[in-house]
Amino acid sequence: MAAITQLSAPGSAPGHSGRYALRRWTVIPATYLVAIVAFGLTVVPLLFVIVDGFRTNGDINNSPAGWPHPWVASNYTSILTSASFWEFIGNSALIATVATTLTLVLGSMAALALSQYEFKGREVFYTVFVSGILFPIGVGALPLYLLLQRLGLLDNQFGVALPEAAFALPFTMIILRPFLRAIPGELREAALVDGASRFRYFGQILLPLAKPALITVGLLAFVTSWNQYLLPLLVLQTSSHFTLPLGTYTFQTQYSQNDAGIMAFTAMAMVPALGVFMFAQRYIVAGAAGAVKG
Amino acid sequence: MSRSTAIEAGLGPAPAGSPAAAGPLRAPGWRGPKLRKKTELTILLAPALILFVGFVFIPIVIAAYYSFYNWSGYGPLSDPIGFRNYSYAFHDPAFIQAIEHTLELTVASVVIQGPLSIGIALLLNRKFFGRGFLRTVVFAPYVLPPAVTGVMWSLILQPGGFADQLLKAFGLGGLVQLWLANVHVVLFTVFVVLTWQYLGFGIVLLLAGLQNIPIELKQAAAIDGASPWQVTRRITLPLLAPTIRIWGFLTVIGSLQIFDIVWVLTEGGPAGASSTITSYMVLQGVDSTDFGFASAIAVILFVFCLVFALIYQRFALRRDMQGAITRAVG
Repeated sequence: MAAITQLSAPGSAPGHSGRYALRRWTVIPATYLVAIVAFGLTVVPLLFVIVDGFRTNGDINNSPAGWPHPWVASNYTSILTSASFWEFIGNSALIATVATTLTLVLGSMAALALSQYEFKGREVFYTVFVSGILFPIGVGALPLYLLLQRLGLLDNQFGVALPEAAFALPFTMIILRPFLRAIPGELREAALVDGASRFRYFGQILLPLAKPALITVGLLAFVTSWNQYLLPLLVLQTSSHFTLPLGTYTFQTQYSQNDAGIMAFTAMAMVPALGVFMFAQRYIVAGAAGAVKG
Repeated sequence: MSRSTAIEAGLGPAPAGSPAAAGPLRAPGWRGPKLRKKTELTILLAPALILFVGFVFIPIVIAAYYSFYNWSGYGPLSDPIGFRNYSYAFHDPAFIQAIEHTLELTVASVVIQGPLSIGIALLLNRKFFGRGFLRTVVFAPYVLPPAVTGVMWSLILQPGGFADQLLKAFGLGGLVQLWLANVHVVLFTVFVVLTWQYLGFGIVLLLAGLQNIPIELKQAAAIDGASPWQVTRRITLPLLAPTIRIWGFLTVIGSLQIFDIVWVLTEGGPAGASSTITSYMVLQGVDSTDFGFASAIAVILFVFCLVFALIYQRFALRRDMQGAITRAVG
């Protein structure tokens, strides 16, 4: 990346300095212009919601685009002290944690079987898992609702977490198996010579080495579960079981007259995602790309 | 159905040049006593397989079965009606409309967000003050729950709200619309919100791709007298193509099942003007409790995704995905 600047810097290509100087004068301002516009378009809507959360409803009605006058914190404090907000957070956290744990444990076990053993039908099993990537949870949601109804898992947080873990398995396998296969076999021989059992070798040597891949897979599963809307919408019925996205929309429809309250609630609903996931950017992008590339 | 497709494809001959063919795979295999190996394999593989088949494959099989019945979701299946759910779906103007909206959003996502994120990524792919920070900011919308994004935008877009005031402040008051209530505008509004949420992901994905292009190639071309535009067009873009194709795959599969933002903004309204296949399915299933019919819609949506994946795989992705998906659907 540093080298690219080198390329466009005048003088790096002898004989073309004129052209590159021109490029410098047009491209660099264009870069900053695009950067500023992109920044503004991303940040202004977010700031609007956060700032409006500090206003009163009367203030918002008087001037929908103005600054708070006066600033009030009561919208935020009443949400932070309401039981339901924390219930939504707790449900989202519970479901995402269960889904992520299941994905990681079952996914790495299966990836070990499909990478460290030789047996007939191994590629068929792998193909069965991988074909699931064509099958986004949005397509499966209604059929899942019917299945969960039969299993008596409707309105149950586990009824959301179990399918989410299942739908996270394809990309888990696609990322984990090549990673595990790339770890040199000499390590295994050495561990065996030292008297370690296979499972001990898996648990104490192989999986610790696969940590970067496990982090990617775990983060993707967690973020996907945390942001999931359709499945919880269909499955969960009691509001004390709702996840955060579900709760946010419900709050909006219930208190449609209380704009300031909705703003504050929406802002608070964004905090966990913005605070945590933004910094996991590298893993999320690598994971999403890796999941398709295979 | 998908299961048998996958298995058949998996048993077929491995595509020529597939790196996964036996060779490197054989090395790390265990050759222990047979029974023990079988036990270990079962312990490792069975739980994931049960979860996966149980919650991914079985439901669509159940849905395919229900789709041949007239069924309200409760009580026994007693009214088999053959393909009537399917023929009713394709004769329902509201469903045709939902398909059209879904395809329009999908095409617009590829055709508009694609060049936009490529252009922005190319411009941002140089050193400038605050680049790392900007990348984090631009990526932010992608990590928000789409339903929460939808609530945020419905507040911004309400009549006389922030968006309208902002347009007026820039002297563009004439453009003000009933963004979510005008049947001619609402799909455009939905698309703008989708773009806000997903553009940053494309930019960051493509930036990552750009950084994998060896700089020597560009330098060599520049020394040979290629203009910056020629370097971009003849070197950078072709080498970025695999990343662009991956972006395209993720975008289309995501767009075909688009639901959260639409539901929160409009629930598919007004008068179905922003309906999508998934929003139509949810309305039919949950709100009208016509589960036999909604199951048929789910099967149709599944077939759409499968057909797209097969076509895309055949014509665009083949070179990039010699491993996994080639074997799954090729």
